[in-house]
Amino acid sequence: MRKQFVKTVEAVLKNDPKVVLLLGDIGVWGFNNASKLYPDRVHNIGILEQSTISLSAGLAMNGLIPIVHTIAPFLVERSYEQLKLDFGYQGLGGNFVSVGSSYDYAALGCSHHCPADVPILKQIPGMEIVLPGTPEEFNDLFLESYGNGHPTYFRLSEQKNSESQKVKFGKATVVQKGTKATVIAVGILLDRVLEASKNLDVTVLYYTTLAPFDSAILKKNCPSNKILVCEPYYKGTLATEVIDALAPRPIKIEFAGLPHKFFTNYGTASEHDKFLKMTTGDIKNKIKKLING
Amino acid sequence: MESATTSGEGHIPSAFSILDILWVLYDQVLNIDPKNPNDDKRDRLIVSKGHASLGIYAVLAEKGFFKTSELLNFAKFNNSLGGHPDRNKVPGIEASTGSLGHGFPMAVGIAMALKIKKNKAKVFVIIGDGESNEGTVWESALLASHHELSNLCCIIDYNHSNDKALKLGNLRKKFESFGWETRTINGHNHKEIYTSLSTLSATRPTAIIAETIKGKGSKTMENNHAWHHKTPNKEELESLLKELA
Repeated sequence: MRKQFVKTVEAVLKNDPKVVLLLGDIGVWGFNNASKLYPDRVHNIGILEQSTISLSAGLAMNGLIPIVHTIAPFLVERSYEQLKLDFGYQGLGGNFVSVGSSYDYAALGCSHHCPADVPILKQIPGMEIVLPGTPEEFNDLFLESYGNGHPTYFRLSEQKNSESQKVKFGKATVVQKGTKATVIAVGILLDRVLEASKNLDVTVLYYTTLAPFDSAILKKNCPSNKILVCEPYYKGTLATEVIDALAPRPIKIEFAGLPHKFFTNYGTASEHDKFLKMTTGDIKNKIKKLING
Repeated sequence: MESATTSGEGHIPSAFSILDILWVLYDQVLNIDPKNPNDDKRDRLIVSKGHASLGIYAVLAEKGFFKTSELLNFAKFNNSLGGHPDRNKVPGIEASTGSLGHGFPMAVGIAMALKIKKNKAKVFVIIGDGESNEGTVWESALLASHHELSNLCCIIDYNHSNDKALKLGNLRKKFESFGWETRTINGHNHKEIYTSLSTLSATRPTAIIAETIKGKGSKTMENNHAWHHKTPNKEELESLLKELA
C-alpha cells in the first residue's frame, strides 16, 4: 500500500496545487521525485508530530489541503489533542495517512504498535476513518475524499486482500448473501472472512470506511439479527455503530478483534495473528458458534 | 472587568498583560479591515494563550469587528464569546485556542501557507511564558527558523508568572540560538511595541520578548496570583474600576 500511496500522492500533487505533503521523516526516499518537482509543497518536516498536525491546520486555514504521513502511534496517539482541537473542533480538512497499523511492525515492540488508532479517532466528532484492503482501494478512496473539507484518517497496512472490491467512500459493500448471520469484515480482514465464510449461509459486508459508518447497508442485510464484527484493531470498536444501526431490534453481537492489552511479543504480524486468534480458522469458529448459538 | 463580573468567568490579569500589545497591533500595525475580516490579504494575529480572550474581545469590539454590547454576554450559554476564543464564532479570531502550545505551530502553518501562495501578509502570534513550557513552542521555533518564515513574528508575553513553576531564563538568547531575530521590549510601552512590530526581519522570523506585568493597570491584581482566574464581585468591581481610572 505504501508504493500506491506514493503514486497516488504524486498524482494529486501534480493535479491539485492546493495539496501539501508533510512527511514525519519516513518515506522520504519514495517522494524524492515529488520533492524535486514541488519543493514548496513537499516537506520532510521532521520528527515533531504534534506541531506538524497544528502546522497542517494552519495550512488548511488558508485553503491548502495537507497530507501528513508517519507511523500510526506517532500520528494518532502522540498528536491526538492536535487532531481533536486543531482539526476536529476547528472544522478543518486534512489527510492523515499512517503506516504500521496494529502490529504490522511486530518486531519493533509496543512503542510501534497501534491497535487503538481507530477506537480513539472515533471519539473525535467529524473525523473520517478509512481502512483500505488493497492498494487500489486506497487509491480510489483517497481520490474520492482527500479534498472533501473533513479530517480523514487513512490506515495503510503491510497486509492486503488478494482482490480489490469496488469501493466507495462512506459506503460498505455486500460481498456475500446469506441468512444465518451477518459478518462484517473491515479492511485487510476480508480475505480471511471470505475464506472462513465459505459454504456457510452468512452475509458478508465489507467496510473500508468506518466513519461515517454505513448503517443503512447493515440494516438491510441482517435478517438473522446475529452479527460478527471482524476488526483489525481493539475489538468492540464498532459496537455502538452496529447497535445503533439495528435498534430497536434485539441482536446478538460477537467480535473477532484484538484484545485490549499490550502485545509484548515480537516476531511477525502473522505470528501475532495466530497468538491473538485472528486467523481464518479462528474467525470460522466464531461464525459457526454464532450461527449455532 | 464588567464582562468577567457579569459572567463569573475570565482570566483578567492574563488579558491585562497583553492589552497594550493587542491595542498597538490593531490600532497601528495589522493590515486588517473589521468589515472584511476574512480578506485573503489581511495580516493574521493568533492569540495562542487563549485564556486571555477577554483582552482580544475588548480590542476587536473597540475596533468594530462586533458590537461592544456583546462583551457583556461573555461566556453566556448562547453567546459567541467564550472563555477561550472560537474562530468559527467570533469575527477576527483566526484560531481557536485554549490548550496551550497549539496557536504557535498553527501560526507557523499559516505563515508557510502564505509563503506557498506568495501572499505578502504577515502573521503575528502571542504566546505566554507559561505556555513556553510546552514542547510544541520549541518545535515551532525550530520549524519557523528552518523554513525562514520572515513573515512570522512571535510575541512572548514574558510576565514571569510561570517562574514559580519553571524558570525560562534568558528567552532572548534561547530564541536567538534557534535562529530567530530577537528583541526585548517593555510590553506596556506603546512606542516600543510599535517600533518592534513594524520593523520585522526580512530574512528570518522575529521574536519579541515583551517584558510585561500580569494584571497591568490594576494595583490589586498586578502580579497577584490569587486573581489569575478569579472574577470580581460587584463591590470588588467598583473598587477595581476606580483603580483603572
